[in-house]
Amino acid sequence: MPRGRAGARAPRSRLGLSRCRSSEIVLSPAILLSALLNGLLTGAVYALIALGLTLIYGVLHIINFAHGALLTAAMFAAYFAFKTFHLDPYVAVFLLTPAFFVLGYALQRFVIGPASHGDDRNMLLVTLGLAVIIENALLFEFRADTRTIELPYAFATINLGFTFLAVPRILGLVAAFVVAAVLWLMINLSDIGRAIRAVAKEKLGAQLVGVDVAHVYAVTFGLGTACIAVAACLLVPTYYVNPTAGNAFVLVAFTIVVLGGMGSIPGALIGGFVTGVVESLSGLFLGESLGQIGIFLTFIFVLLVRPRGLFGAGA
Amino acid sequence: MAEPLLVVRNVSRYFGGLCAVNQVSLTVPEGCITALIGPNGAGKTTLFAMISGFLKPSGGIIQFRGEDVTGEPPYRLARRGIARTFQIVQPFAGLSVSDNIRIGAHLRHRSRDEAEKLANEVGREVNLGAILDRPADTLTIAGRKRLELARALATRPKLLLLDEVLAGLNPSEIREIVPLIRGLRDRGITVVMIEHVMQAVMSLADRIFVLAEGRIIAEGKPSQIATDLTVIEAYLGRGAAARLGAGHAR
Amino acid sequence: MKVFAPIVVVVILLAAIPVVVHSNVVLNFLVVALMVALAGQGWNILGGYGGQYSFGHAAFFGTGAYVTAVLQARYGINAWTAFMLGILGGAVVGAVIGTLSFRSGLRGSYFALVTLAFAEVLRIVASVAPITGAGVGTLVRLDLRLAALQFESRAAFYWVILTLVAVALIVTRIVERSRFGAWLIAIRENEDAAMALGVDTTAIKLGAMVMSAAITAAAGCFYTQYFLFVDSGIAYGTWISIEALLTPIIGGIGTLFGPLLGALAVRTLGELAQSITGDAPGLDLVVFGCVLVLVVWFLPRGLAGAVAGIAQRLRQTERVSTAREAGHG
Repeated sequence: MPRGRAGARAPRSRLGLSRCRSSEIVLSPAILLSALLNGLLTGAVYALIALGLTLIYGVLHIINFAHGALLTAAMFAAYFAFKTFHLDPYVAVFLLTPAFFVLGYALQRFVIGPASHGDDRNMLLVTLGLAVIIENALLFEFRADTRTIELPYAFATINLGFTFLAVPRILGLVAAFVVAAVLWLMINLSDIGRAIRAVAKEKLGAQLVGVDVAHVYAVTFGLGTACIAVAACLLVPTYYVNPTAGNAFVLVAFTIVVLGGMGSIPGALIGGFVTGVVESLSGLFLGESLGQIGIFLTFIFVLLVRPRGLFGAGA
Repeated sequence: MAEPLLVVRNVSRYFGGLCAVNQVSLTVPEGCITALIGPNGAGKTTLFAMISGFLKPSGGIIQFRGEDVTGEPPYRLARRGIARTFQIVQPFAGLSVSDNIRIGAHLRHRSRDEAEKLANEVGREVNLGAILDRPADTLTIAGRKRLELARALATRPKLLLLDEVLAGLNPSEIREIVPLIRGLRDRGITVVMIEHVMQAVMSLADRIFVLAEGRIIAEGKPSQIATDLTVIEAYLGRGAAARLGAGHAR
Repeated sequence: MKVFAPIVVVVILLAAIPVVVHSNVVLNFLVVALMVALAGQGWNILGGYGGQYSFGHAAFFGTGAYVTAVLQARYGINAWTAFMLGILGGAVVGAVIGTLSFRSGLRGSYFALVTLAFAEVLRIVASVAPITGAGVGTLVRLDLRLAALQFESRAAFYWVILTLVAVALIVTRIVERSRFGAWLIAIRENEDAAMALGVDTTAIKLGAMVMSAAITAAAGCFYTQYFLFVDSGIAYGTWISIEALLTPIIGGIGTLFGPLLGALAVRTLGELAQSITGDAPGLDLVVFGCVLVLVVWFLPRGLAGAVAGIAQRLRQTERVSTAREAGHG
């Protein structure tokens, strides 16, 4: 043990725990196909998380570094809804989604907005600060223990003959499309949607014609946070909960948003699927730890080779 | 006749399918003030951005002092002696007026003291002498335009591209800055200016190019341009010249 | 020489502390605070003066720490040499990340993201690669000799880290006064305008990144010598990325003494949080997060800015009262 304590606080990756050797896997077409399908389904959940992120980026033009921590918080909320009130996550989603919309709205309106004085760099710092606060408050309260809930249908599968598909993941797939459709309809057809589009395109102009920009920012942030709540409720039945659980998804979601084009809803969906497949396949070939590296490297690569396209989509 | 300082040959720039600048050619002789006029959206600022290296041309050649400089990055063009101001002023908001100008002066002077001396000199030249220590973000529009000019001058340019330095100024402010620009030419700095204030253009420019819809539609001395029908059409719309002509005839 | 006078005064005052204070607890606190200050001084060059906010300075700290540890533990290389190579290693990582991101034109959010991602990649690699000791980490053999850069007394370690901080202060001051520094600040204030004035922004940012990485790597090298152990969670962990940016932001971003001031404040807060909660993990970082948000919100120029503001107000009051007295006289 080192004399100091600083390092002991560092969040550890849980990924080091389960390492499988790639060489032990015999690669048959059936396994490949099954990995591909599972990748698509995991990708659906990723897409959901990325939807929130891309929406916030599209309007506020900043990356929300608190996204992962908020996801963790939502997962804890879903976990305790089940443990304390015996609420099935698929029911809790209808309570948590509005609750997290309000939370997101309040965070942007009363903390992030005023604290950053309209400076993008400050906004980054404030969302980073919020991420650190949320994540470590959870760590302090619940320790690093990993929690899971048992649902009778968590491991229910559908037999396709050559492979099995997990029921909760199929629900994730459906939910991703439903949420994307709802968001798309809302942004394109409602009044607030029109205001959001106006602010995203030309903040100053929108302000001049009387759009309350602070309100639109907060609504957008709230919507983004609500997306996370949906994702969390879908994740909790099959995934474990701990104070860094959301982190595993943060950079994945970033990658998706980058792949799909910042601010684009269809982009987030497609990017989600691509990323899910890349992760699933690289996990198959490289083992889980290195599979994570696959995601990071894809992410870095995409950032480095496509920045012009990104800025184009963002501006 | 001496070799022209700047040659733009068949330069085009597309944004997606939109052609902002279409096969533009022009030459700028040394020691003159050249004005670039035309309606909004004509491609003037795009052309400036290409000459100063902020945009790469989709086609064509730009030569400066006889050398091909097409597509060179802005900092290298600045070292060659091309300086520009921005239509929307871009001060270093957190720095003082003097430090703003010093950044430009550093291009030719490594030493802080020398750069500072030059910066203060240039600052006084453009009448910012009294407020050298003020933070740049406290300046008025007129002050910021002067600062923009001073910073560019501090790089000791041979060619100065001025993008609407008179826009947003009131008549008395314009009267103050016009002789300043004329003074630059007299010191041997070649000036190309985009300008909408026609009175100033007419009194300053040695030669005028008129740009509309990405093309050069007319060029000549101010007196020629003033009577050129195509110019009037570009500004006032098709048929305007005929109506004006009819008006004159009556 | 006048420009270095404040540094000389501050360093001499700090150097005198172990002469007066002998408590190991206090000295240990100060050693860690100075180490964090050094990491923050590195961040401050790039983030404070250059406006490029890195969220992954752990990449440099960790590389410094691992290079120093692995070279000694596995290859028996002398500690001093290992230390120097650790700094070099950090600089190389900085050059690679900088070249890749600045040449691709990454700014703002994107730059923050890509630095964070690189730090994470290095952390995962270090947690599985055999050369770093994988999950177990790397231990450096205890060898309390000057030649091994290990000392019996905390005071000696304190003077070592103080020397490093002093060097970083001098380097920062030189940067501040130089053309390179003027251009770096210009990039922070307005990159397009800087470019138009002849600043090769990519090269300047890259230079700043390499300096920044080297200084933060030095803090990592020192970590290894002081604690004689590194693992991936310590070396490449989020904590150091956060503390490296927190110290200058709290102390005064883009100021000479900001990181030093900020590190003392941050470590004091950390110790307070720890003394209240005992060994429970998390609370100190909660406090740091709150402080980050509050400082950005209410003290945008940090403690140094606040002190300067108060001093200015005092001077004004003084002037007013002197004027009044003069009026009465």
